[in-house]
Amino acid sequence: MSGALARRRFLALGGGLALSGGLTACASPLATGLSGAQPDTADVIYWNLFTGGDGANMVLMEDAFRKAHPGLSVEATILGWGNPYYTKLALATASGTPPDVGIAHLSRLPLLAAAGLLEPVEDAGVGELGITADKFTPAAWHKATVGGTVYAVPLDTHPFVLFSHTDLARKAGLLDATGAGLKPMKDGAAFTDALKAMKDAGAQYGAVMSTTADPATCWRYFSMIYSGIAGPVVTDSGTRIAVDDDAAESTFAFMQSLTAGGLMPKSLTGSGVNALFSTGKAGFLFDGEWQIPTYRAVKGFHFNVTPFPALLGPKPVAYADSHSLVIPRSGKRSAARTAHAALFIRSLLDNSATWAHGGHVPAWLSTQRSKAFLDQSPQRNYVQAAFNAVYDPVAWYTGAGSDFQNTVGATVIEVIAGQIKPKAAVAQLRSDLKRYTTARPPVTIG
Amino acid sequence: MTTLASERPAERPARRITLRTASPRAPRSDRRAGLLLSSPFLVIYLLFMIGPLLVGVVVSFFNTTTVKSGLGGWVGLSNYKAVCEDSLFWSAMWHSVLFTLITTPLLVVLALAFAILASRIRHGTVFYRLAFFAPYVVPSSVVALIFLWMYTPQVGLIPKIFDAVGLTPPDFIGTTSGGWTAVVLMTLWWTFGFNFVLYTAAIQDVPPEVYEAAAIDGASPWQQIRFVTVPLLGRTTSLVLILQILASLKVFDQIYLLLGGGPNQSTRPVIEYIYDTGFTSYRGGYGAAATMVYFVIIVAISAVWYVLRQHRTAAAERPAPRPERRTS
Repeated sequence: MSGALARRRFLALGGGLALSGGLTACASPLATGLSGAQPDTADVIYWNLFTGGDGANMVLMEDAFRKAHPGLSVEATILGWGNPYYTKLALATASGTPPDVGIAHLSRLPLLAAAGLLEPVEDAGVGELGITADKFTPAAWHKATVGGTVYAVPLDTHPFVLFSHTDLARKAGLLDATGAGLKPMKDGAAFTDALKAMKDAGAQYGAVMSTTADPATCWRYFSMIYSGIAGPVVTDSGTRIAVDDDAAESTFAFMQSLTAGGLMPKSLTGSGVNALFSTGKAGFLFDGEWQIPTYRAVKGFHFNVTPFPALLGPKPVAYADSHSLVIPRSGKRSAARTAHAALFIRSLLDNSATWAHGGHVPAWLSTQRSKAFLDQSPQRNYVQAAFNAVYDPVAWYTGAGSDFQNTVGATVIEVIAGQIKPKAAVAQLRSDLKRYTTARPPVTIG
Repeated sequence: MTTLASERPAERPARRITLRTASPRAPRSDRRAGLLLSSPFLVIYLLFMIGPLLVGVVVSFFNTTTVKSGLGGWVGLSNYKAVCEDSLFWSAMWHSVLFTLITTPLLVVLALAFAILASRIRHGTVFYRLAFFAPYVVPSSVVALIFLWMYTPQVGLIPKIFDAVGLTPPDFIGTTSGGWTAVVLMTLWWTFGFNFVLYTAAIQDVPPEVYEAAAIDGASPWQQIRFVTVPLLGRTTSLVLILQILASLKVFDQIYLLLGGGPNQSTRPVIEYIYDTGFTSYRGGYGAAATMVYFVIIVAISAVWYVLRQHRTAAAERPAPRPERRTS
């Protein structure tokens, strides 16, 4: 009997201890995690998806904020790039525990905004800090607007650009009078001639690009050429296929004209691209500007980066995306925290010359025109691409790292490899798109 | 074999419990106590298993968005129709089945072989048992991280070994066949300990007299294994087999962590398809419908096994234990 009593007393004591332990631990992340509240472990909680060189630059920019605002703390969390990041951002926001500031690709913005996951940036008071439309690259600011409301503050534009091997370009007679840039090319024929000249100058290929298992790069390449002569491939928030069959067919035909003549390889892996371009076996490289740090690391290798010329249409077009800063919606965020978030965003914009070291064109015009950025070469050479930027079409399924890019890109890979005729490729493109346009959208955009 | 099985004392309590709950003559206080004692489990089971299952069934008929509250619009059976017509769903389903087809025989045969070997070792039995089981308790994220390092081209341990002996290392992460190899090898190392333990327990249950009798009859050690141990482990094998099939069909973490379902979705299992549509694309209703289709397939497989087992065990009444098993 006494044994049983002792046991009960012991249990009661244990329960009491656990309870008081729980109460005193209220401020800890564990306790807030259990109660579902946002852990206020810092004044600004910031989520991003940057690793490598971009990640290092971002840390420098966070440190600059800490230095400028010694009273405020920042806690940055890096999550896996692409879908894992966006899934976590969406679910954390939907369940009421979002970060204060997050990174989002502008191509991913329509779905995030339409799902009600983002705070309009005006409501966060960024306007009072001087963050207004007139101070940004117009194309980026326009893409940050969904249904008339601005949901993101663009940090950069990162276009698909033309890398050129400087020595080969000189030998091929492609350099302009200053020797710093390329002679202007007025259309696709002139561009093809430039590739030929590179090959004649001793390169194995006129140009290379990563195609094998790289649907995203192939989608960018397609989107750039196609957008020169036609509008987005899907419209009405992604529910209608709007492919211009003739434009798509001539785009595919142009791609095959480069590979069929041996100016470009029919298939090449990312590491193959790297090896060929950095050793002077390819005159041009088609890739995103974020590859600049990779080639800069090659000793004694000289290259330039310029926007693509107009290929099929009258005007040059750059396929691009932008990193932007968003404030995920939270019912519990205090006015003070929101103000800190806005301050943090402004600070990142002010320090975006650091960000440009990764190759990205700052969207914040005062940085874009600053000495700190204009001293950066080749970054300053393709600023125009940010102004000619064409983004992914507005839809719930498009954007960086999306299945959409993988599916459509897979068809482009087949075209480049010569496995499918342009006409058949158009039909395949339409059937690729159909699986998305006929799927029921989870939210209505616009 | 049947006689041996029915003589095992360990099975008696199990049978008695079955009898008692089925019997209307059990004292009322006993029944109340039984209910009371199982209530914590029942509450959790209803709350976290049956509840979500019912919610899933309801949601699968609506255009529910994962990131918004509310059910969304009623869409009837169209989610099911879309799932059944989606070639990506079926290719993901095939990837899960393929993984099951590859891993199940290996995990069963290797576990059996190593359990027999470990049981015949004279010294350090505990060490071997522990060594084989230990990987099983490591979380999937840790295992995936370690193996990812080992598989990484150029710098990983395995490509280095290939280089050292002058072979071209396969691309474990970048190609489909390499990806399957990587995931299967990792799964073997990681989860075969569970089957190993089941077999080890079953081997210990084999009475030594049978071996004695076999030895007297002049059976060699190999003949003892072949004609005594393996047949006596038949029931365990059928249990291990179904547990392994169900666990392998549920594959998600290794493939997601190691390969992300890639390259180009060529290894994406059905659970990742559900995750991708339900969470990444916010299509909760559609994801729920895909889950239900998958659920029906799993239930069908279990039912087939159950019927076969009932059929086969008509003579032998020994009910096999059904331990909990995590996804692998």
